[in-house]
Amino acid sequence: MDLSYSAEDVAFRDEVRAFLAENLPSHISDAVRAGGELTKPIMEEWHSLLNGNGWLATTWPTKFGGTGWSPVQRHIFEEECCRAYAPRIVPFGLSMLGPVLQEFGSKEQQDHYLPRILDGTDWWCQGYSEPGAGSDLASLKTRAVRDGDEWVINGQKTWTTLGQHADWIFCLCRTDPDAKQQSGISFILVDMNTPGIEVRPIKLIEGGHEVNEVFFTDVRVPYGNLVGEENKGWTIAKFLLTHERTGIAGVGFSMQSLEEVKALARKTLRGGKPLIQDPLFASRIAQVEIDLEAMKITNLRMLFKAQQQGAPGPETSILKIKGTVIHQELKDLARRALGPAAAPFPGYVTDGNLMFGPPDTAHNAARYFNNRKTSIFGGSNEIQRNILTKTMLEL
Amino acid sequence: MDFNLTEDRQMLADTLNRYLADQYPVEHRNTVAYAEPFHDPAKWDQLAELGALFALAPENAGGFGGTGFDISVVFEAMGRQINPEPVLGALMASRLLAAAGADQEALVSGAAKYAVAFAELDAAYELDQIACAATANGDGYTLSGRKSTVYGGQVADIFLVAANLNGKLSVFQVQAADANVTGYAMMDGAGAAELLLDDTPASLLIENATAAMEDAINAGIVALCSEAVGAMDVTHAITVDYLKQRKQFGIPIGKFQVLQHRAVDMLTEIEQARSITIKAAAELGDDDASRFASMAKNLVGRAARLIAEEAIQMHGGIAMTWEYPVSHYGKRLVMLDAQLGDTDYHLSRVMAGNMAA
Repeated sequence: MDLSYSAEDVAFRDEVRAFLAENLPSHISDAVRAGGELTKPIMEEWHSLLNGNGWLATTWPTKFGGTGWSPVQRHIFEEECCRAYAPRIVPFGLSMLGPVLQEFGSKEQQDHYLPRILDGTDWWCQGYSEPGAGSDLASLKTRAVRDGDEWVINGQKTWTTLGQHADWIFCLCRTDPDAKQQSGISFILVDMNTPGIEVRPIKLIEGGHEVNEVFFTDVRVPYGNLVGEENKGWTIAKFLLTHERTGIAGVGFSMQSLEEVKALARKTLRGGKPLIQDPLFASRIAQVEIDLEAMKITNLRMLFKAQQQGAPGPETSILKIKGTVIHQELKDLARRALGPAAAPFPGYVTDGNLMFGPPDTAHNAARYFNNRKTSIFGGSNEIQRNILTKTMLEL
Repeated sequence: MDFNLTEDRQMLADTLNRYLADQYPVEHRNTVAYAEPFHDPAKWDQLAELGALFALAPENAGGFGGTGFDISVVFEAMGRQINPEPVLGALMASRLLAAAGADQEALVSGAAKYAVAFAELDAAYELDQIACAATANGDGYTLSGRKSTVYGGQVADIFLVAANLNGKLSVFQVQAADANVTGYAMMDGAGAAELLLDDTPASLLIENATAAMEDAINAGIVALCSEAVGAMDVTHAITVDYLKQRKQFGIPIGKFQVLQHRAVDMLTEIEQARSITIKAAAELGDDDASRFASMAKNLVGRAARLIAEEAIQMHGGIAMTWEYPVSHYGKRLVMLDAQLGDTDYHLSRVMAGNMAA
């Protein structure tokens, strides 16, 4: 048993920390601190900065232009990025499509698409969920029919995160309606500029625009946009579900949130005293802080196992369940610390003198409501429990 | 970073697990844990021979362990069989003797049984509320006061007693033969004692002992948390097995999603409990040991109660019987919260740290 990082890992951490101190522009970290939606230019600027240092594709092997980092190094990188309030890397091209093309794509597809992900030419989004296919993803209905050298796609995708910025979408489509659910699905790449595609924004609970509906009406794309074998798309979907789950606990983000909650509770007065002196509120902070401290170790234990075994096991679902619950609890505490001052709708009060609390902690009601998503997306916490039931308990 | 046990510790774990499963199964445990002297003296000697006590003390004190992870290995094995032997007292006494630079041979060999008497009726956990008083008397000292629920006190040869000497909390040695000791069994098995001191002769072990006492408590917390992790693992395994065997409405009850998800939530909390226990073990002896010990005791206290109550509920009536092992695991898991500071006490300590920061 040894909980400390190796000398190499410590040196790596120092290198990352120094890089972030020197290269992360303050207008970007300020935007992250403010907690609202990041603009496309900010995300692109950050990607380009990382790519310039060869640090953008943290899950790719070096032969594809990735960092070739170990799970522990990736963890350290993510942790340091959170500490410095760097933006999260947009995952759709880098963490999702990239590894899929490396595992299942043709040489031509790899040579064409991977460099364009790295240099920011293509912004990708994910076409998985449909109005009738959420947790039961395999019941998806978007249809792709082969017509000569083309696919003709008809149907609807939904919850398409940042689809409003995207140049391309990777889609799960039904290509054999007569086969059993999972075996008639294919993984197809679609240019968002193709005629017949319509993107409609979905306004979320807090008023923000992160996700979209994408409609496909007789959309024609080349047959060669198929990744892997026809009707084997479910294999790819499953590969993605088990790939790159080391960051799933969101420990770095929860550590950020804990510091924010404590800062708020020191600043806010109740009964003439700082809120952090109030036993009821202080007990809520301490409780979630203890859970987070345990989650840090649970996360490291699973990283260590992934590093030893080459792949994370099904028990990473524990990270998703507990990690999201902890993060949501912290968002709840931030909202409650501000009381009614958390409630004003974002965007109205822009005068710094009138801000409710420090600018980096404003809009906590919006952030609380927005973060209810984390226990729903990426396989809801109930689906994670089903996975654990089957794999760990064998019930 | 390495979450594997060292080869030596793995061997000790295997040895203890095998010995306890073969020689000290739960049926035997239930016989001795509730009948005087509320443990098995012959098996105490055997456990000592296997090295269970040597592992608790560092080499310079005559042992071969003494780190948080050594303590964890021993107590997790104890927890898997809810073993009632008074090893916790030996561990905490070993920390105090080490702080005093005193000889531990009789302790690590198992020849002398030690009990640590800090708690009082109105000072269950808080050291600054201890009322027991020490008075200098010629070459020695005398103690007066009542020490309550002294775990292992029913068979102790020597008590290490906390008392105030000239306003300073200090630790004294009291021979059992010199004191008024009333032993009894506990609800969750094993024994304890009330220790009545009335100008009872004592020798001073540590003057101004708060730091040493906190270290002993932190080590005891690592032990209790590890014991709980072992007991929770077994309780959960028995419960999941029962969900597969027990049929109602024509199918195994483990096919019902309401029970599946609750069994998963138990698993999640056990893994969290294991994690925070590892953290507390790693920090033992360092500057932040008390903070992480408090975190561990709070989280483990919550998890242990959840596992106990859910295991009993999901079993139904059978786990309400004395005959079925889960009832005994459940009692131990709930009641260990009351040793060395409960869930609320340790939460308040973490809170106080945050308020001061």
